[in-house]
Amino acid sequence: MDAAKALADLVEISSQIESAVLAGPDGAVLGSTLADASRSEAMAREARELLDAAAGPAGPPSQIEVSFHEGCVFVVTDGERLVVAVTGRDPTAGLVFYDLKTCLRLSGEDERAAAPKAAAGGRRRKKKDEEPEAEGEA
Amino acid sequence: MKRRLAAFVAVLGALAGAAAFWRRRSGAARERADVYFPDGSMVTFAEGTDEAARLFPPARRILAQARS
Repeated sequence: MDAAKALADLVEISSQIESAVLAGPDGAVLGSTLADASRSEAMAREARELLDAAAGPAGPPSQIEVSFHEGCVFVVTDGERLVVAVTGRDPTAGLVFYDLKTCLRLSGEDERAAAPKAAAGGRRRKKKDEEPEAEGEA
Repeated sequence: MKRRLAAFVAVLGALAGAAAFWRRRSGAARERADVYFPDGSMVTFAEGTDEAARLFPPARRILAQARS
């Protein structure tokens, strides 16, 4: 599933999430529910800053919730990509985290599916290359 | 007598419920940052702490970007 589809599913499933942005390890925006690209980039950049600022002796965090009177900010990362979301006041944090983790996992499925195929393709090519050699030996 | 006792228990229950609701509301109203680590540990930084002063500004900017 691509990032845009994963985010569309996220905001459809979770009525508490107002907006969300998915970003890659280099900070590039992979998908966003915001129409404005510059705002999406700013959200991704600030989310990365938030993760860096929260890193402690236990290492970098895997998820953060910051609650304000006017709303909440959630950031979830798998170590490389991150998803940042904004909700209203007093959301059900466990559900929001679950939905964000699902979004992150689903959006990465394409990449994970592509990686073994590429590796398998590489092996197949190697086998083909070896065939004439094997025939020659026989 | 039984009716009085039932009314008394109902009033006590309502008071306990109201107190719990009030406690929950006042606790939820505090601004805070909950940070979760991959090893399962979690730390809460309430407003007024140094960590909150570091974490709140980028989070506020995220909120502002999302709603501007």
